[in-house]
Amino acid sequence: MRTLIKGGHVVDSKSKVDDFLDILIEDGKIVEIGKGLEYVNGDIIYADGKYVLPGFVDAHCHLRDPGFEYKEDIETGTRSAAKGGFTSIACMPNTSPVIDNQAIVKYIINKAKQEGIVNVYPIGAISKGLKGDELSEIGELKFAGAVAVSDDGKPLKSSSLMKKALQYSSMFDITVISHCEDLELVDEGTMNEGYMSTILGLKGIPSAAEEIMVSRDLILAEYTKIPVHIAHVSTELSVDLIRHAKSRGVKVTCETCPHYFTLTEEACEGFNTMAKVNPPLRTKKDVQAIIEGLKDGTIDIIATDHAPHHSDEKNVEFAIAANGMVGFETALPLCITYLVKPGHLTIEQLVEKMCVNPSKILGLNKGYIEVGGSADLTILDIDEEFIVDIQKFSSKSKNSPFDGFKLQGTVYYTIVNGNVVVREKVLL
Amino acid sequence: MILKSKDLLGLKDLTTEEIEYILNTAKTMKLIVTSKNKKAPHLQGKSIITLFYENSTRTRLSFELAAKYMSASAANVSASSSSVSKGETLIDTGKTIDMMGTDVVIIRHPMSGAPHLLARNINASVINAGDGMNEHPTQALLDMFTIIEKKGSLKGLKVAIVGDIYHSRVARSNIWGMTKLGAEVCVSGPSTLLPPEIEKTGVKAFNTVQEALIDADVVMGLRIQLERQKKGLFPSIREYSRFFGLDEKRLKLAKEDALIMHPGPVNRGVELSSAVVDGDSSLINEQVQNGVAVRMALLYLLTRRDSNENVN
Repeated sequence: MRTLIKGGHVVDSKSKVDDFLDILIEDGKIVEIGKGLEYVNGDIIYADGKYVLPGFVDAHCHLRDPGFEYKEDIETGTRSAAKGGFTSIACMPNTSPVIDNQAIVKYIINKAKQEGIVNVYPIGAISKGLKGDELSEIGELKFAGAVAVSDDGKPLKSSSLMKKALQYSSMFDITVISHCEDLELVDEGTMNEGYMSTILGLKGIPSAAEEIMVSRDLILAEYTKIPVHIAHVSTELSVDLIRHAKSRGVKVTCETCPHYFTLTEEACEGFNTMAKVNPPLRTKKDVQAIIEGLKDGTIDIIATDHAPHHSDEKNVEFAIAANGMVGFETALPLCITYLVKPGHLTIEQLVEKMCVNPSKILGLNKGYIEVGGSADLTILDIDEEFIVDIQKFSSKSKNSPFDGFKLQGTVYYTIVNGNVVVREKVLL
Repeated sequence: MILKSKDLLGLKDLTTEEIEYILNTAKTMKLIVTSKNKKAPHLQGKSIITLFYENSTRTRLSFELAAKYMSASAANVSASSSSVSKGETLIDTGKTIDMMGTDVVIIRHPMSGAPHLLARNINASVINAGDGMNEHPTQALLDMFTIIEKKGSLKGLKVAIVGDIYHSRVARSNIWGMTKLGAEVCVSGPSTLLPPEIEKTGVKAFNTVQEALIDADVVMGLRIQLERQKKGLFPSIREYSRFFGLDEKRLKLAKEDALIMHPGPVNRGVELSSAVVDGDSSLINEQVQNGVAVRMALLYLLTRRDSNENVN
């Protein structure tokens, strides 16, 4: 099986390629890259006027499988990811049962092989049952195929356990992803603490709740000299703290999500539960700081934190509505519209943050376009405009605050291991 | 004139004209409340439901009497707070009530925004009788009605609201309403009980009660709930009362003819001294009476919309 991609604008951060090139794919691998490649007898994709990029890698999503298949499962989740241009995704362990043992890791990998259409990499739990008491069998998780460990959704309350998690995980060379939140400061908070929480009469979550835990983890990373990855950074001070730690040589990486550089707490107006997410949407100055952090390299990764929820979990009182939003199908256009078009990031930098760096942190041999590399590619038109329609999402869930947004950037092709899974914008 | 929305969810979203219109209508209604024959035909054939997820005596009774004085049929639904997060959803309960031919649903709920959710999902008009920490618009309307009755207008008056502003839906509704009608609103309370960035709503915030009281035309105390002490928001009722309690001596800072108000129920000796509660300047009893008139006005104005059928 051979496929030739002709005439696209190829950008690859690893090999520093930025040119109009043809790419020949055979048996799931890239076999030739060059100008004027000709090939008859096979699939030819004409990519004129479009970017041909390494397949996008999402370091943070929730597939809800096993246990919450009414929200999403591996089939629908990977279809949604493919539609959004992602070829590899790493799913968080807050499933039921929790991904804290080999069996669940293997279940996900096997199910993804059978029903998934993109590469799925499970993230194991740091602590058994995400309870924050004892370490899970991190070595076994790694050998079963987990690419990182995290208690995402919950902070590791105990600083002592966090220190041990870093030390123990480093033995297996597996990244610890930290969800930073001081639950006592969060208390009963449901949105960012500030003017909007005051006028809506909703209890607030102070930005300090995130920043205090970010500080703690940075200190532990510096103390142990072991890398830590901070999930979903949302505040100005978090960005500053991480920037400072990096300048001290701390091995810290971090991610943010599209909603943290596009929306503010004002999206909660009218008790809009679609804008309820954890960490909460912050303020204008935080949004600006996140963009700065992305520009100067403080923030390494843009992840989706794709968090599907059933409409019954959103169509309730704000205080009891579920946290989170689906993200696969809006991430790329949001990055194009809010980061690339205004000139904050180049396409090459975007590739770094959504292909190269996530692959590096998760230890995947992905995120680049080179002969011999796997044929995971995303072809997109960064100029094409469209209106977000949540009803058209391929995800099982439709919880997005971006419904009706006019965005630029359309995925034309998603190619996973040489297989075309999205062709001419249509999911196959 | 007609109210723009089918619902009354809060004073934040009402125009000054709408607020004045409601208050003017309440003047007429007060004549009914104070007359010997409390039966007017305005709501004949209308059905009013109170749906309360929190305990309440005065607000619920006030709405119920308002409906009955105007010949509506009124019924109560009590839902325990514990059934909020389990069991039937608010939307399902609302739709059930809606299908029984209800014209107005009056809801009190411990969660901010619950009336808004209900209003979006049913055809009946929804009146917010208090949602979480968000708004209690009918309380603020009756407070403003009471002040205007005594002072003629709110324009230029200095109103001091003292106590737990953070958790108070009464404070929020009064801030929206009174600033729209031209009052200068000051809030004061322990700094742990003042909401962040409250001054952006157009009020002045003070950590000493004295600053807020100086030359005030109206002083409103808010109820302090003991459970806040357990959450570490203030050390003791004793200390609260020492720094923020309103007694005759402290109230001398306010204007001589200052009006004293409280949404009730009062913790005597905590927010207000008994002498102040029972004193000549206290309007606490008038507030209760005017509450019925204001709620009659609202029920009348909201049900009158039916003839126009421009429910949005």
